Parts: sequence; structure tokens; C-alpha cells
Amino acid sequence: MADIAPVTPAEKGRLRSVLAMLWADKPAFVAAIFLCVVLVCALIGPALLDAVATKQNLRGRNAPPFDLSKGWLLILGGDALGRPLLARIIVAAQNTIAIAAGAVVASMIVGSALGLVAGYSRGRWAQIIPRLADVIMSFPSLLLAVIVLYMLEPSAANIILVLAITRIPVYLRTTRAEVLEVRERMFVQAARVMGASDARIVFRHILPVVLPTLLTIATLDFAFVMLAESSLSFLGIGIQAPEVTWGLMVAQGRPYLTSAWWLSFWPGLAIILTTLSLNLLSNWLRVALDPQQRWRLEMGGRKNG
Amino acid sequence: MRKFLTRRAVASAVSLLVLIVMVFFLSRLTGDPTQLYLPVDASLEARENFRNLHGLNDPLIVQFGRYVGDLLTLDFGDSIRKSRPALDVVIEAFKWTLTLALITMVLVSFAAIVFGALAAFNVGGVFDRIATFFSLIGASAPDFWIAIVAIVLFSVNLGWLPTSGTGTLWHWILPIAVLFIRPFGLILQVVRGSMITALSSPYVKTARAKGVRPRPVIFVHALRNGMLPVITVIGDQAAGMLNGAVVVESIFGFPGVGKLMIDSILQRDFAVVLAAIMVTAFAIFLMNILIDIAYAVLDPRIRY
Repeated sequence: MADIAPVTPAEKGRLRSVLAMLWADKPAFVAAIFLCVVLVCALIGPALLDAVATKQNLRGRNAPPFDLSKGWLLILGGDALGRPLLARIIVAAQNTIAIAAGAVVASMIVGSALGLVAGYSRGRWAQIIPRLADVIMSFPSLLLAVIVLYMLEPSAANIILVLAITRIPVYLRTTRAEVLEVRERMFVQAARVMGASDARIVFRHILPVVLPTLLTIATLDFAFVMLAESSLSFLGIGIQAPEVTWGLMVAQGRPYLTSAWWLSFWPGLAIILTTLSLNLLSNWLRVALDPQQRWRLEMGGRKNG
Repeated sequence: MRKFLTRRAVASAVSLLVLIVMVFFLSRLTGDPTQLYLPVDASLEARENFRNLHGLNDPLIVQFGRYVGDLLTLDFGDSIRKSRPALDVVIEAFKWTLTLALITMVLVSFAAIVFGALAAFNVGGVFDRIATFFSLIGASAPDFWIAIVAIVLFSVNLGWLPTSGTGTLWHWILPIAVLFIRPFGLILQVVRGSMITALSSPYVKTARAKGVRPRPVIFVHALRNGMLPVITVIGDQAAGMLNGAVVVESIFGFPGVGKLMIDSILQRDFAVVLAAIMVTAFAIFLMNILIDIAYAVLDPRIRY
């Protein structure tokens, strides 16, 4: 998922070893390729297919899937207005991915920043911030989302905001727990003795140790947030038509469940495959970013002990 | 123990108070219930009477003060929608949710622990691969989608089970099965991870070397130590279910507390929303206490 822009010779070797480690875990490799495809769909799909995806075609109403007589775009069937499902799924990838990514990035930045403060400082904030996480955790998050979205406009920005707030405690607690432990290690003590400032210790010495855990959690959380957004859209308080996400597509297909199952089935499958890939990739990341377990992958997967 | 319980109760009460204040004011910002409950052509006088009857004319602060005052006498207010005490409405719905959550969680915990432990016993084996694969799919699947697919398959095409509602035992099968899948996947993975750690610890190796047969080693020696993180996850999942499986309950028309909360918010039935939050919060508080006791039972080093 990480884009590595300037490839220097040293970086090239690193990229190759990352790819080799990914190749060693075949399910994760497939998952990574699938996620790249989804990402490409999300980035350029709407620009290419928006016209096709919104063009209504009465002859293609609820067209059954796997019927090539109406053209390859209707291979997954057509929706209630005859719009090709394949094109709509590709276009909907953008909103689905963008909302989840926005919520994950926002909650990760805020949560880990608060966690760094709560773990590193010994002052009053170290007491108050964890309580804040407890309060958020004790909220029924879906209920909070319903109230807020019902009150405000259910726009993409508000959905991101609500989802981000409910996920902050995850990063906050993890970061705090790790910082509390790393803070006492020798290299941090050494940096302090050598006169490093607090900011330098936190960002140069502690954050790099915590970051792998955060990335693993973020990958897993991406799946969770995607499911949450889909549920909200499904309940009708998430993204509103004519905007479209996969969850909303499942909801839109619901009235036609008995006559045209494919309307809800394909977008749901897209959700499932994406979250499954994220789970697989997160499992791989956990091993690949852990110096004590990385050998399993560097062995090239010949023996997974 | 008493000190521990007091501390927990105070902490829960504080976060519940924050929650009540937030929900009270936020929900009143969603609009005036009068527009929903009276016909469009209702006279101004009728609207005024309705507002007076439900105390909606006073400033918010006064309304809040009155609400808290009533709470102290255990009066949760009346449901506008059903013209009954809100607490009765909530408890009725909560019974359904509690039964559903209890049955599902017992089944999930049992299945996930057995399969997870067996998978961990032979890491990389056929059983482990199958269990891991299915648990990953289970943890990744959106429940509303599973519910829809299950309805199409079992209710519409095969005609074996009812699509929604309650009444017979058959009505329970689909909601339980759909609610089962995600927690099963999540808990199985935690059981497997934690059992792999426990099974590679020296005391298990000693037991094996003494010639204890594999099954007692898994289920007696390792499982007890591997259970602590598992219980945490089970607790999280159970809390989620007590809050009401909103999506599953609304798809299956199940009269539980999740559906009640959504309906009440959409219908601006504020007293019910607040009562529902307090009842579930209390249930989750009790459950967390039980979980802490379970910790202490499993690991004698833990004392409160």
C-alpha cells in the first residue's frame, strides 16, 4: 500500500526484499494485488466510468448476470434502472475507500498523538487522556453515529468525523501502552542523558518503535471502518444517493431481493473481499514488521514453523 | 474487593453521566417531536398543548433539571410514541436482546474455543488452515450482507425458515446464525493466537514429556492460561450485542433494544432513547464485573 516515490539503489534492494517477503506469504500476496486493483479502481474508476455507471437503460433493468448478449459491462447484471453493476461497483470504490481512509488516517493521527502525550508526559494529561478514551469506549458507537448523522447532514465529511471519533481510543490505548514500556528502555535513557529534547526523544526514538504496531492496527481498522460505513449507509443514514458506496448499493438492492439477488450480492462480495484482503495483509504486516518473527518470511516460506 | 467494586461503579457512573448529558442535548437538537406526532393541519393550539403536555416548552436546562430530578425517584419519563413508561418499553425490548445475545454468545464462545484450540494444536495443519480461512472470512463479512444472502437462500429459495418477525423457535435460527459469524471469526483467531503461545510454554512441554495425552494438555493445561485474552474479546463482543445488534435486529424485524433505539431516535422519542442507554449501560457494567471475576478465577495471581 505504501508508495515509494524516489527509488535510490539502497531503496531498490529494500523494495525487493519487501516483495520477496510478500511473495513468501501467498495469501497476503494475492490480497496485496487485490487491494492494488481496488485502489486503482478508486483512483481512476469514476473518471473513466462515471458516464457509463449513471446511464440508465430500461432494457437492462435487473438484467441477470453472466449474460454477455447485452455487452460486457452487464456481465454482473444491471440494477433496477438498468445501470451496469460492474461499472457502479468500480465507481463506488472511490467513496467507500476514501471515507474509510479518511476516518483511519484522522483517528490514527489524533489517537496516536494523544497516546504519545498520555504515555510520555507524567503530568495531569497522563491521567485525563486515558479517561477520555474510556468515555468514548463506553459509548455505543453505532448509536452515537445515528444521533450525530441524524442531526447533522449525513455527508461524507460528517461520516468520517463520526467514525474517526469512535476509533480514536484504539490508537490511543495502544500507543500509550507501548510508550509506557519503550520510555523505560536504555536507548531512550541514553538519549535523555545526552541532552535530547522531549520532542526529539518522542519523534526520533519512541515513535519509530511504536509505528509498526500502529500500521498493523490501522490496516485491520480500515476493514472495521469500511464495515461500519457500509452498515450506516445500509441503514440509510450514511452516504445518500446519488452518491454511491458499496454499503448503499446493498441497501438499494434489498427491495429486489426475491427477484434479482445479484443487486445486493456483488457489492457485498466487494466489501467482503476487500476486508478479507485487509485482514490477510494485516496478518502479514504483523510478522513482517516484527524483527523477531521476520525470519519466517525471509526464509522464503519454505518452512512455516 | 469492595474497594474495587466502588471504584468501578464510580468510574462507570461518571461516563454514564457524560453520556446522558450528551444524548439529552444532542437528541433534542434533532428537532421538535410535535411535527412528527400531530397531523400537518393540527391547530397551533393543539401543538401548544402537546408541547406543554410533554414539557417541551421549557428551556432545555429546565427540562434537563426536571429529567434528572425524576431519575432520582427512578422515573424514566414516558414514551411519547407508546404512551407508556419508557422503562417498561425498554425492559420489554431488552429481554429479547438479552436472550438473543446470551444464546449467541454461549454458542460462539464454545465453538470458537474448541475449534481455536484444536487449530493451535497443529499449526499449519489441514484443520488449522481450514479454521483460519473460515474465521478470516467470518471476521470480514458485513452482517447485513450475510443476513440478506441467508434470507434469499433459506427463506425465499428453500423456504425452510421465516424471513422475519418472532413467534416460533424457527424465527430465532437466522438471527442467531447471522450474529454468530463475525464474533466466531474474531474470537477463534484470538483463541488460536493465545493457545499457540500457551502451547509453546515450558510447562506444557513438561506435561507432554511426562506422557500426558494431547487432549488433556490442550483443554486442561494450556487452555486455562490461554483464556485470559480470550475472555477480554468475548466481553467486547458481548457488550456490542447487549447494545443491540441494530442492523441484524432491523433486518429480521426482531423487537430488541437496538431496533428500539433506532426507531426512537428517528421518532424523537427521547425518554426511550435515554432509558435504553441507561439499561444497556447497567447491563454492560454488570457483565464487566463478571468478566473481572472470571479473570480472578482463571488466574489466582489476580486479586482485586
